[in-house]
Amino acid sequence: MREVAVIGVGMTKWGELWEKSLRTIFVETALLALDDAGVDKIDSMYVGSMSSGLFVGQEHIASLLADYLGQVPVPSARIETACASGGLALRLGFMEVASGMSDVVLVSGIEKMTDVNGYEATYALGTAADQEYEGYHGITFPGLYALIARAHMEKYGTTREQLALVAVKNHLNGSKNPLAQFPFEITVDSVLNSVLIADPLRILDCSPITDGAAAAILCPVEMARKMKKQVVKIIGSGHATDAIALSSRKDLTWLEATYQAGKRAYAMADKKPEDIDILEVHDCFTIAEICVLEALGIVEKGKGGQAVEDEVTYLDGKIPVNTSGGLKAKGHPVGATGVAQVIEIVKQLQGEAGKRQVKNPRIGMAQNMGGSGGSTVVHIFERE
Amino acid sequence: MTTPSRYWREIPQRYRLEANKCRKCGFVSFPPRLICPQCQNREFEETKLAEEGKVLTFTVIRVPPHQFVDQAPYAVGIVELDDGVKLTGQIVDCDFEDLKIGKRVKIEFRKIFDEGEAGILCYGYKFVPE
Repeated sequence: MREVAVIGVGMTKWGELWEKSLRTIFVETALLALDDAGVDKIDSMYVGSMSSGLFVGQEHIASLLADYLGQVPVPSARIETACASGGLALRLGFMEVASGMSDVVLVSGIEKMTDVNGYEATYALGTAADQEYEGYHGITFPGLYALIARAHMEKYGTTREQLALVAVKNHLNGSKNPLAQFPFEITVDSVLNSVLIADPLRILDCSPITDGAAAAILCPVEMARKMKKQVVKIIGSGHATDAIALSSRKDLTWLEATYQAGKRAYAMADKKPEDIDILEVHDCFTIAEICVLEALGIVEKGKGGQAVEDEVTYLDGKIPVNTSGGLKAKGHPVGATGVAQVIEIVKQLQGEAGKRQVKNPRIGMAQNMGGSGGSTVVHIFERE
Repeated sequence: MTTPSRYWREIPQRYRLEANKCRKCGFVSFPPRLICPQCQNREFEETKLAEEGKVLTFTVIRVPPHQFVDQAPYAVGIVELDDGVKLTGQIVDCDFEDLKIGKRVKIEFRKIFDEGEAGILCYGYKFVPE
């Protein structure tokens, strides 16, 4: 297997991009990644997208986007594992370069979510749950994470304030990220007084509806070393599944797919949780960040809430988590999220994260999760 | 979108709680499966779910999907039935303040939602406090 590096990244401002179409958002973003890598041709591409069909009525976007990026006839595939689509696009690109089948691969993700109304968006997102045995009974995505939150609070004594602090921390980080959808700070009081969505979760516990894309260019490490840039290698990749119906899980507070994907990524990279300097994790809801850190072994089981209260996961803490602002403040264009996480890790490892730069990180991890935890992709990166 | 065939296919589970039980390890699968997720055995016997259980966790949905707009706010929970199977469903006939983890509930047959004025009336199981 060849060693693989990330040689270019691209991301534009996320938000409600009324004036831009799916293809325009994608091409603008992908061109930034090509420019950053200093290439104008690629060997193949992967596009993570959860539901372009339900959000814009367009399937077959892999070829559409290859065409508008001026790259046909290169092979292009759309990847779908709900909200983990972007992370999986990265993994497949990584595997393709590592195998020697291609040298320069574009991995990307996109979701254009504001061309439908709120009910339609709720429905589209809800299709990541078990439609016959969860959706049929009126559960929503915030509802599923609310079920996890209530169980976690009961089992471990996690508090409502600790959940709020996850959002407060991520908005504090996001206030330093000019590309974030919501680059401003919020307070614990504003979270606790925001409107209830699914008890105990309130609107400021939830990641938003976002239009946006993210792209990265991968190539073999030997090729990357010839460029005048800090080389960032992908040293570990793990992917795992779990039942998509929450009720089928043994422990409602435990994200087994995240644990399994993490275990595989740690093994490939020959690293342990204590080796990780920075993390981007899938905080689609505040409770998710808490459960993910536990499943990845970053904190002890049941101690995820305490970690944010003790400011361990803050920008200047022992292990900064979601320095980009996370899904909460940066936005969550579902298919793009997994690739945007990678961009943040690469920027941090290259020392180019601006006002939110962590002091001299060497190893970073990205965890991207689909549905209520039915699929997870984990990657570990190292600065050479 | 519920079509007649899609609705009709799930009736044995939604109306009659039909499940299957692995002949090798005893795992009860709802809905029934063709291969056991625990031991990969492919031989099952028919069974029916227990109709009573306890609440493992719950929430109150305030922002519903469109088919449920008329019902919101409503409670949804995961219930562990007395045979160990866990099910997601609405908890009804109960004040929200009285919901709590561990509460005993039983299954009742109720209307779940309807697909507009000319569409299908969708029925199934809900949880009611004992």
